[in-house]
Amino acid sequence: MLEIRGLRHQYAGRTVVSVPEWDVPRGEASLVLGPSGSGKSTLLNAIAGLTTPTEGTIRVAGEAMTGVAPASRDALRARRIGLVLQTLHLIGVITVRENLRIAQRLAGLPRDDARIDEVLASLAIGELAGSKARQLSVGEAQRVAIARAVVNRPPLILADEPTSALDDANCGKALTLLLDQAKATGATLIVATHDNRIRERFARRLEL
Amino acid sequence: MTTLRLAFAYLASRPLATILHVLMLALGVATAAFLLLFTSQAEERLARDAKPVDLVVGAKGSPLQLILSSVFHVDMPTGNIGLEESKAISRHPMVASATPVALGDSYRGHRIVGTDASFLGLYDAKVAAGRPFKEEMEVVVGSEVARRHQLAPGAKIVGSHGLAQAGPGHDEDPFEVVGVLAPTGTVIDRLVLTPVESVWHVHEHHGGAQPAPPAAAPTQGGRLEITALLVKYRTPLAAAMLPRLVNSSTSMQAASPAFESARLLDMVGVGVQTLQWFAAVMMASAALSVFVALTSALQERRYDLALLRTLGARPLRLASLSLAEGVTLLVSGVILGLALGHGAAHALGLWLAQSGSWPLAGLAWAPGEAMLVAAVFAGGFATCLVPAVQAYLSDPASLLAKR
Repeated sequence: MLEIRGLRHQYAGRTVVSVPEWDVPRGEASLVLGPSGSGKSTLLNAIAGLTTPTEGTIRVAGEAMTGVAPASRDALRARRIGLVLQTLHLIGVITVRENLRIAQRLAGLPRDDARIDEVLASLAIGELAGSKARQLSVGEAQRVAIARAVVNRPPLILADEPTSALDDANCGKALTLLLDQAKATGATLIVATHDNRIRERFARRLEL
Repeated sequence: MTTLRLAFAYLASRPLATILHVLMLALGVATAAFLLLFTSQAEERLARDAKPVDLVVGAKGSPLQLILSSVFHVDMPTGNIGLEESKAISRHPMVASATPVALGDSYRGHRIVGTDASFLGLYDAKVAAGRPFKEEMEVVVGSEVARRHQLAPGAKIVGSHGLAQAGPGHDEDPFEVVGVLAPTGTVIDRLVLTPVESVWHVHEHHGGAQPAPPAAAPTQGGRLEITALLVKYRTPLAAAMLPRLVNSSTSMQAASPAFESARLLDMVGVGVQTLQWFAAVMMASAALSVFVALTSALQERRYDLALLRTLGARPLRLASLSLAEGVTLLVSGVILGLALGHGAAHALGLWLAQSGSWPLAGLAWAPGEAMLVAAVFAGGFATCLVPAVQAYLSDPASLLAKR
């Protein structure tokens, strides 16, 4: 599902991340672990096509994410990758349903409210579909962010520090939701974190 | 979830600021649209009313006052001129036609004009009901006079001295309406026309008892007078010679309606120009406020834009989102402004129609309005482009890293 070869990214003359080779098979869950500043987010951004690495190649579901035009990267990201970001990042002025519709639309998929209801129900937030995103609690917003990442059934889900802002109880719940959703859709899950509380939940780890 | 829907959602999330930006732009557009309507219709009206007359010969005084009183019928005459002296002008070989005008009275604010049959020909006026006047104390009324006061052939009306509705009346000398004119869109629609002899007849009874405003009437010496002569040239050369001849060799003055109308518009134009500048400053301020609003909005939601990029949105979509927001403000402001400007003109037009002045039409387009709208859109669009380009160039990865 994910193939990385000879990846190196420099910033201001300094190498911020270096991954000589890394393969993650379809349906696997992997952890990218490392302290702050170790390049975890840069690696995820490079996999997602948001950052162009200085060297190396990345392939997602058999398609090149590096060495292609920005438009191709954007399209590949929209169709193949679900992102859960560190600080949730929902669009506050629209509803939960509309946040998920945007993800469908940008992926070029037809509007599918049944799928949205299904995902929201599986995360136990079906009643929030009509609520404005800015009215949600942190925990609710976390679930909506996960729902948005999986609504298009992407083969790859990237989660950047999804639990670092949560207490122990919510940290466990959020991670379980992510793993369950990835499993339900058969997606590959890559979680980048410095949060040692979750390292034992992953058999496959990349330490930076 | 379209780009436009998302732009609306952003605008709706800040209702007060959105309304203020739209209102600011709307007030500028409304002022400009109102001024365009007013000036274009005033110019058109003046040109239409003045067109049939090449030269007005009347008593010495202000030439503008002579034109205003004898052509546009909105001011007091400068005085009277002798009928015999005026006939000498009528007979001049450079004169194609000369129409006498004898003023002094009005009917409910509408001027009663003593004249002859050639006056109808000046404005191509046709009798819609009844017949043209023939005898003393017969009148034909303009379409607007007939409509406002429900006059038809056979009706009797009584004039009052001067232009004021409450002036002293000539109850003992009623006029008989013998005809109603078809609408022409010119000043004749608001006039009451009668033979010159009627005016002389009415004022014979009063003699010099009512000195102001001047009324055409036989003087004590029995010399017959009229207020002015409306002249049409036989040849273009007359424009250069006839006014000079009248002004230098007679006790009368000659004034050109075209020249005096232009002078009047110049005088009014200073005020109009000031207001137009004021409207332009208002619109520029509004454009600036939209720019500030969009730039600050862009700053506020830079993480939303970064998020949209992570979801696969192309930079062009982010730019179009910012543009859609600005254009929505722009379109709303222009539509509201045009509605306000035209509404105000329509309301003023209704009020003016009540008072018998010329009707200002609010439900019409002024020639310059398309240009106004185009200029506002061009300026506004250029203003919106800057934040749109900023949105286009935003780097999602660095923004998310800062968060």
